[in-house]
Amino acid sequence: MLTVSNVYKTFNKGTINEKKALRGLNLHLKEGDFVTVIGGNGAGKSTLLNMIAGVYPIDGGKIILNGEDISRQPEHKRAKHLGRVFQDPMFGTAAGMQIDENLALAYRRGEKRGLGWGVTKEESEVYAEKLKILGLGLETRMTSKVGLLSGGQRQALTLLMATLKNPNLLLLDEHTAALDPKTAKTVLDITNKIVTENNLTTLMITHNMKDALRLGNRIIMMHEGRIIFDAEGEEKAKLTVADLLQKFEQASGGEFANDRMMLA
Amino acid sequence: MASILLSLQGAVSQGVLWGIMVLGVYITYKILNISDLTVDGSFALGSCICATMIVNYEMNPFLALVVAMLAGVLAGAVTGILHTVFEIPAILAGILTQISLWSINLRIMGGKSNMPLLKVDTIFTGLVEKTGMKQSMISLIFGIVIAAIVISVLYWFFGTEIGSAIRATGNNEKMIRALGVDIKKTKMIGLMLANGLVGLSGALVCQNSKYGDINMGTGAIVIGLAAIVTGEVLMGKIVSFKAKLTSAVVGSVVYFMIRAIVLQLGMSANDMKLLSAVIVALALCVPVAMEKYRIKHSYNPEGGDE
Repeated sequence: MLTVSNVYKTFNKGTINEKKALRGLNLHLKEGDFVTVIGGNGAGKSTLLNMIAGVYPIDGGKIILNGEDISRQPEHKRAKHLGRVFQDPMFGTAAGMQIDENLALAYRRGEKRGLGWGVTKEESEVYAEKLKILGLGLETRMTSKVGLLSGGQRQALTLLMATLKNPNLLLLDEHTAALDPKTAKTVLDITNKIVTENNLTTLMITHNMKDALRLGNRIIMMHEGRIIFDAEGEEKAKLTVADLLQKFEQASGGEFANDRMMLA
Repeated sequence: MASILLSLQGAVSQGVLWGIMVLGVYITYKILNISDLTVDGSFALGSCICATMIVNYEMNPFLALVVAMLAGVLAGAVTGILHTVFEIPAILAGILTQISLWSINLRIMGGKSNMPLLKVDTIFTGLVEKTGMKQSMISLIFGIVIAAIVISVLYWFFGTEIGSAIRATGNNEKMIRALGVDIKKTKMIGLMLANGLVGLSGALVCQNSKYGDINMGTGAIVIGLAAIVTGEVLMGKIVSFKAKLTSAVVGSVVYFMIRAIVLQLGMSANDMKLLSAVIVALALCVPVAMEKYRIKHSYNPEGGDE
């Protein structure tokens, strides 16, 4: 499905701000894997997702998706395979455009855009059905500007947009981090529902260890640009937050012991 | 009084013809969220190409409009390439094209800065002969017809898949890239379309005022912005896209009417650019100042109400 092999990325190479974000990272995902990604700030989690999505070019290594080498493809070409939701609820939608227009843009992800109508009547009906899944009542506000929605609503909409056309791989970059706990839970529940129902291969970054353990069939832990722990199936199901903290400590020589954020 | 009315009639038709340019500015400034300063150059380019084609090459005046429009498209493409491929900030890319066009326009007109169209036929003189109406009337009707066509085409275009992608590019680049759109392409299309309209407008104004001039476009961007903000103020909080496009042209007409009136009242033509700048600056400052005033005066040290 997805094979990331020996991928390197250094930001600001040769300057005082040099940051080795990924150091020979290897990762293989099977079809239908729902992987939660944890790790401290600067571990390279977001960089990993951005490299897969092609936001910046990688320095070395290979990224193979469904047998296709996408290592050097521009971001907009890779988009055909990928559904993405960002941490900032403002990033995933066009505020000045209507809900149905946003969905229509997402519905044409990876396809040639021509002079046909941007939104057709038939698709609007499909969108209304899909919006009902969210349970936020957005189906009655199809022609409202997205800018009028709350952060949680926008994030739920972005999630729907990312999965409207089934992606080969869904990339969730801390997509509930900017939401209040209740809304975060709602969005996470919707995420789980969509991912499991459509059997989507998913990489989800989270700072919440409980969520990381509760969701998905596999968990990976990153530290200093490498994957330091990888567990799936039975092994993952048995893990506790305390186990994870211990792993962190082992890997980082104790420096994570006081990382309170990890306990959240 | 009569002279004011007469000059107002001319101002209205002038406003409509310049309105095509305003629609171009609307595309970049409002839809693409780019301040494109190519406009001053591409407007003059349209005017110079049109004059040269008609005078030196005896081209059909309608065809000259098309050629001027294509020249504008080309100017937009140059700015677009500088901005998208070489990642020069849009404002600077536009300034570079604009400055280079000043020299290019001089070359096009064979080193002369001004070329009169007095002894040749224009679209307007042709229509005057056929219909027997006055030129100011003809240019008004013709301008309204062209503006209506352009507004309809833009309304259709920005409702298509490509058009939606262009609007989304102006809204949120990160998002539309993630949805598989090459924003280099959408920006290029927007800039080319916008400057095509500006070139067309320059050619129309050239034929209406019977001369092509390398300085014709100076300050065009400010006139464009002034027309857009005037239109917005006049039409209030409208949501329909068609109405917004129309308001840009209406804003242009109102701008030229104000201009005609202050000129009639004795203001020097040389002060017009200052006035234009003041109008734009005021239109942009007033909402900010009002909001600040509101926030300052709505403060209540005792607390607030529910």
